Amino acid sequence: MSDDAVSPEEVRHVAGLARVDLDDDEVDRFARQFADILEYFETLDEVPEVDREAALTNVMRPDEERDSLDREAALENASETEDGYFKGPNVS
Amino acid sequence: MSENIYITEERIEGADDGPLSGTTVAVKDNISTEGVRTTCGSKMLEEYVPPYDATVVSRLKEAGATIVGKANMDEFGMGTTNETSHFGSVDNPAAPGRVPGGSSGGSAAAVAAGEADVALGSDTGGSVRCPAAFCGVVGIKPTYGLVSRYGLVAYANSLEQIGPFGETVEDAAQLLDVIAGDDERDATTRELPLEEGETYADAATGDVDGLQIGVPTELLDGADEGVVETFWDAIAELEDRGAEYHEVSLPSVEHAVEAYYVIAMSEASSNLARFDGVRYGHSADAEGNWNETFARTREEGFGDEVKRRILLGTYALSAGYHDKYYKKAQDARAWVKRDFDEALSDADVLASPTMPVPPFELGESLDDPLQMYLADANTVPVNLADLPAISVPAGETDGLPVGLQLVGPAFGERRLIRAASALA
Repeated sequence: MSDDAVSPEEVRHVAGLARVDLDDDEVDRFARQFADILEYFETLDEVPEVDREAALTNVMRPDEERDSLDREAALENASETEDGYFKGPNVS
Repeated sequence: MSENIYITEERIEGADDGPLSGTTVAVKDNISTEGVRTTCGSKMLEEYVPPYDATVVSRLKEAGATIVGKANMDEFGMGTTNETSHFGSVDNPAAPGRVPGGSSGGSAAAVAAGEADVALGSDTGGSVRCPAAFCGVVGIKPTYGLVSRYGLVAYANSLEQIGPFGETVEDAAQLLDVIAGDDERDATTRELPLEEGETYADAATGDVDGLQIGVPTELLDGADEGVVETFWDAIAELEDRGAEYHEVSLPSVEHAVEAYYVIAMSEASSNLARFDGVRYGHSADAEGNWNETFARTREEGFGDEVKRRILLGTYALSAGYHDKYYKKAQDARAWVKRDFDEALSDADVLASPTMPVPPFELGESLDDPLQMYLADANTVPVNLADLPAISVPAGETDGLPVGLQLVGPAFGERRLIRAASALA
């Protein structure tokens, strides 16, 4: 294993992309573990290119109006709502 | 209950009569039950109460089953030992002090402990078969597309299927009869491949006369000695009843574990993006804009293994790495499929130990994620190939349960049920 395969900065960068805050301990632990795991994933380099012959079938249904959850049920697990809408934090 | 099998104990009564009336069922807690909380073993969904039933739950109710509880599980289905659950690990009723296997550990334990007659789990990389093997019960991973995933909280859609547990193959097959079949709410489902009048349960005849069993040598290499011995004893028992075996080679399985984890983590990073704390689930009491609040919510709500997989999945899909990891993993998946097709062209079923090791002691292996991932070597190739498989008790090594896995061709569940029913 190479010690610097994944730097703490890279872990922080990916955590930012994935929108997961990490504390410093987590960053260090993940950096160490990711080095091992990614090195293992790199053995995929030995895999030959393989033709994929997926037999795909379209699954269609008529585009008809049908029942769905009512608004009250859809909102009942939300921490904050306003006037029948979900209420989230400011976007910027 | 001392084993911590259920996250929520709740009786949900089904219709007055039906093929499962009088039957009690444990349902893994990532399968939505209307009005009964469905946590996925996560703090993120600790208080979540779905407003609708999963299709499999509607079918259980119509069939007259009584659901007795929502079974404990690895958080979001991510784990091999049931120790990543926010609600604590499950003790293995068949091997106290040991893990029940993941991620459907609670479901398997419920059947092993007699807390439910049958149970539902979900299998993304072995999560029905692994706990079935560790708890000494039967578990079926159906062909991709046989059972609706509507209402199953998604982890890795292209790999996962809901599957049944039972004490016997016939019990598990009877539950499969109830849940299998197409569903207009899941476009990946197919019509039942059964002939008129056929069921899965009536295939459990135990007749293996003339059955050709292929044994992939790669899936025995490196397995625990006692597990391998128990496996061969079970094959000998099938031979006594008229089956024949030959060795086969599946060279691609050497890369199945890494391909599986790259694909599963990539899909997980996308699927779990929905947990933002706004529409449902844990919500951080944090200051700041959308991104800051969102990131805080996810830091608080997700456990270690879930974060690890989201981050690795995000990494594998990020610019510059997509071709190196994700595309190569898809190549490996196609290769695995081709290998299985070839091996099954001159064998009726393929047999191996379900798990290469007996159940771990609780707490034994939690700190080394890579070691944990490697334990799934025998089960993940089946999910990559979209095939059906069954784990059936094969015996014991040092008093610990060993499972035998049979793999069949797509929609060949009846063949697997017939073969496996010779053992349990």
